[in-house]
Amino acid sequence: MTKKRSQGNSEQILPFEKPLFELREIIEATESPEERAKVEQQLRDREKAVFGGITAWERVQLARHPLRPRMLDYTSRILDDFIELHGDRNSGDDPAMICGIGRFNGQTIFVIGQQKGVSTDEKVRCNFGMAHPEGYRKSLRIMKLAERLGYPVVSFVDTPAAHPGIEAEQRGQGPAIANNLLECSRLNTPMLSVILSEGGSGGALAIAMGDEVLMFEHAVYMICPPERCAEILWRDAEKKELAASALRVSAADLKELGVIDRILPEPEGGAHRNPEGAAAVLSDAIGLFLERAAQGAYTLAARQQKFEAMGVWDEVPMESLMAQLLVPDEDPALPLGPAAPEESTGLETEAMARGSE
Amino acid sequence: MGFFKRARFTSSKESKKSIPDGLWIKCVTCGQTVYKNDIELNLQVCPHCEHHYRIGARERIASLVDAGSFEERHQNVTTGDPLHFAVGQETYPERIVRAKEQSGLSEALVGGFATIETQPAVVGAMDSKFIMASMGSALGERFARLVRDAVESRRPLIMFAASGGARMQEGILALMQMAKTANAVRQVNEAGLPYIVVLTDPTSGGVFASWATLGDIIIAEPKAYVGFAGTRLIEGALKVKIPAGFQTAEYQLENGFVDHIVKRTEMREHLGKLLRYLAPQASLRAHAAHR
Repeated sequence: MTKKRSQGNSEQILPFEKPLFELREIIEATESPEERAKVEQQLRDREKAVFGGITAWERVQLARHPLRPRMLDYTSRILDDFIELHGDRNSGDDPAMICGIGRFNGQTIFVIGQQKGVSTDEKVRCNFGMAHPEGYRKSLRIMKLAERLGYPVVSFVDTPAAHPGIEAEQRGQGPAIANNLLECSRLNTPMLSVILSEGGSGGALAIAMGDEVLMFEHAVYMICPPERCAEILWRDAEKKELAASALRVSAADLKELGVIDRILPEPEGGAHRNPEGAAAVLSDAIGLFLERAAQGAYTLAARQQKFEAMGVWDEVPMESLMAQLLVPDEDPALPLGPAAPEESTGLETEAMARGSE
Repeated sequence: MGFFKRARFTSSKESKKSIPDGLWIKCVTCGQTVYKNDIELNLQVCPHCEHHYRIGARERIASLVDAGSFEERHQNVTTGDPLHFAVGQETYPERIVRAKEQSGLSEALVGGFATIETQPAVVGAMDSKFIMASMGSALGERFARLVRDAVESRRPLIMFAASGGARMQEGILALMQMAKTANAVRQVNEAGLPYIVVLTDPTSGGVFASWATLGDIIIAEPKAYVGFAGTRLIEGALKVKIPAGFQTAEYQLENGFVDHIVKRTEMREHLGKLLRYLAPQASLRAHAAHR
């Protein structure tokens, strides 16, 4: 099944991938080995140019490519065995969040991650990788179990966002994510998080607070889908290209911003053209993580410090701050007059109504 | 200096044009004509129907703390521009300047030491006039520092939440503030200090899915909009009509995510009581540690 998928058809070729496909077709049709080698070199050069020169929005499209390997495509290749565990022991089981016990080179690891689905049936069943509160609670249950039994956790992040829906709200989507974040900040066992393709919003972060956070070369990790950001800030979803580039969503950006630790290089053509190759890269990364974990390289204190330091802010001298604000500060307990009306930009209420994460 | 010039009420549901200028205003909920001063004296709550209008962070804190007890902290932690973000012609630093003018604040979270009904606490409040109280790095850092203040002074922490979500202009770093503030809440938890959250209109998105729903006790103001994904987003995604009363404080109470709903006019007394009843207990904790 995976083999068939990796070949793709014309609808699954993104516009900027077309020249690469044409070259691949030429290679297949070429008989002379010398000619072939020449075109292959051309293909490699072209690939470098294409993937190096694509826009942020094209990156988002690439990360959402229907042929990208999904969590289960990786686990089936990487793990010797996988025993799936179901249910949050509270209200249900969420097929968007896959959890279980994995065996990796004879070692036990606990695995959690979002499954976006491959076939239409599976996509619907997995809700396109958008988890409900049960999913987050199940993942937390498994993380706590790993901690108690003394095993490491590997999380695979592949979700556009946490599911926005009536039942999800009713059962506490926000509190479920919040609780994961709190518990991950004191989860006392090594955790590796890998952004496979699309990491979106709090729904991704809820399982991505690893000691080490890795990201595939062509994956994106974003505060929210660029379409939504565009609606909120530009009040026009069509400004998604602008939003994607402003948000800085690529692996290289995230590395520069200090949010991820390492970029996993993808095989030629990208993980979606060579799932085997991508799985080998991921397998090596997990092996390295387990080796270092066994050496005691990851401490809870270091993870806590990492998240404590997240962000970029200024500290200005008090005097210049007062000059900027011109607000009397002698007695802040004094009522400061009537509430100011909102500016009618519509921006803020828009943001509120959208509940942007 | 626009702060003192403003004197009109609006709500997100009504355009401000529908509210007449002058000394009298028409309440957006009950339609009663009210002497504006009466609403102001009543902490921005309509005396007829108890509609809770939004209230600024400083005003809110002033309404709660013992006179002269508030010592503001970390005002000088302000926003950077890590992404060099701009919307149209307006850069993010320019947007911040505008927000400062609109709110008279240097960030959307105001906090510090105070006493409430003589009980010491660290108190923080969000102000939706500052870019809809969205959470960015400076706000996350202020939150973390207020937590540190609470832990070091062994005072309970009280946070008034309000937010449209994450600060888009800081991209992924805004998302990381969810992890950072949750990690801060862990520190209050580990110190054995009570952490009280009051959800106010509107609390949504990344703030709702991090520190605002991690309170040991979660209070909400009546009818406040409180939820994770915005109603329009849900309507757009599911193509359904949202039922009335969805994502209100009352809805969250019914579903088990809020402890109780308290009117603004009774908040001070209520918090005073909670602080008295939950004063950190050294002796019992020592006892527990021995077992």
